[in-house]
Amino acid sequence: MYSEKVMDHFENPRNVGEIKDANAIGQVGNAKCGDIMKIYMKIEDGVIQDCSFKTFGCGAAIATSSMATEMVKGKTVEEARKLTNAAVMEALDGLPPAKVHCSVLAEEAIEAAIEDYYKRNNLTFEPKKKCSGCCGSCDHHHE
Amino acid sequence: MNRFVYLDNSATTPVKPQVLDAMLPYLKEEYGNPSSIYKKAAASATAVSQARAQVAKALGAEPSEIFFTACGTEADNWAIKGAAFANQKKGMHIISSQIEHHAVLHSLEYLEKQGFSVTYLPVDKEGKVSPEDLQNAITEETILVTIMMANNEIGTIEPIAELARIAKEKNILFHTDAVQAVGSVPVDVKELGVDMLSLSAHKFGGPKGVGALYIKKGTKIDTFMHGGAQERSRRAGTENVAGLAGLGEAISLATGNLSEKATRIEALRNKLIEGVLARIPDSHVNGSLTDRLPGNANFCFRYIEGEALLLRLDAKGVAASSGSACTSGSLDPSHVLLALGLPHEIAHGSLRLSIGEQNTEEDIDYVLEILPGIVQTLRMMSPLYPGN
Repeated sequence: MYSEKVMDHFENPRNVGEIKDANAIGQVGNAKCGDIMKIYMKIEDGVIQDCSFKTFGCGAAIATSSMATEMVKGKTVEEARKLTNAAVMEALDGLPPAKVHCSVLAEEAIEAAIEDYYKRNNLTFEPKKKCSGCCGSCDHHHE
Repeated sequence: MNRFVYLDNSATTPVKPQVLDAMLPYLKEEYGNPSSIYKKAAASATAVSQARAQVAKALGAEPSEIFFTACGTEADNWAIKGAAFANQKKGMHIISSQIEHHAVLHSLEYLEKQGFSVTYLPVDKEGKVSPEDLQNAITEETILVTIMMANNEIGTIEPIAELARIAKEKNILFHTDAVQAVGSVPVDVKELGVDMLSLSAHKFGGPKGVGALYIKKGTKIDTFMHGGAQERSRRAGTENVAGLAGLGEAISLATGNLSEKATRIEALRNKLIEGVLARIPDSHVNGSLTDRLPGNANFCFRYIEGEALLLRLDAKGVAASSGSACTSGSLDPSHVLLALGLPHEIAHGSLRLSIGEQNTEEDIDYVLEILPGIVQTLRMMSPLYPGN
């Protein structure tokens, strides 16, 4: 069902936990859907020095959180905002169709943390897309 | 870690060696078609009638009241659609419960599209249907009541005898999906007073792909499969002879030493439940503690999600199941857990461990040893967990 990479990031997740002096925190998803991702970042001079997560969710939700935090670490905020769910999925050697929404959630969680950073620093944040907090697939079943 | 502990016996059970032995001749030398008249086919025909007699004996029915199907789902489909269509001139109302298996729920949804109306009775916190609710739901139009004998997720045993009596007082047909009950608890169709009862061989040590429907003599029901004269022309198709031989042997074995087996399994189950509740904070048991299948344990662990839990258990060699959304194929957790009144976020964190005949005390000890650590690791990752 899951690729070896997904299982690796699920069984040995990278960057789990809080960053005490985080200056950017974003949370997406809701408990009703069964997925919540919370991302913590320590950003200095526009560069993401550290990034961590806490996730309530399935194996894919934990693996995508782990991979997404790995992918944005060391990047500038602008670069990190270009992270797509497709890139996270590719880095994990794919996800089953029913789990694609987990990668969307990971992209949105990174974006939410960066938005928080912009707001804390009174910078203008131009949202790349709207999301109510859930991946939007709450209203329909996977297949 | 080479250890493997199978605790998903409600999903399926391993085929017993004696069952396999009973099946093998019909996959090898005894290949005759039971409908043929020459001598070569006699063994196949005998195997089919012997299996029918074994199933009938186990259920307290007549052999002529046992009809073989390809699975429990087919038996449910046949009972519900067959009875509904055959009796629709009397009325088009059916009563069921909110916690039925999808084989029942989706058959009923199909009938709703065909113009039938269905009342889905609620259940209490333990998953029990109230006889009073059934009484109140019956109308002049009601032709069928279908309520499961034991729930597949939480193991709650429904008061079928009492519910069936209420339906029969009004001459309404009563079907029960006893797929989880047969082989685990005593099932006697006369004591229960039901008109139809579904069962499935692979839930009690038989092969997959074989089921049966008990249809009480005189019950008005449509033919399910049209074709040859098999199953008294009511369910046509060449018999799965080896499968039926396996079903017959499995049901004889499973019901032969039922109380002794149930006592042993129940003791393991109680040890598991007590151990989990004592070791893991913010956990609780779903379902009834008294009217419950002997092998069923179903828990909810707050702040975590069920699929992640299953994967971690699998990594340690434990096979289990969950009612979380990620395992149900939709974004909603199990309809059964929601019907108990559990909030979504708690229902997402469910775990079903179902004990079978092959499980040992050591299996339970092993689960009690590894489960608390797995739950704690996932909780430490969860943004919902207040403890970190």
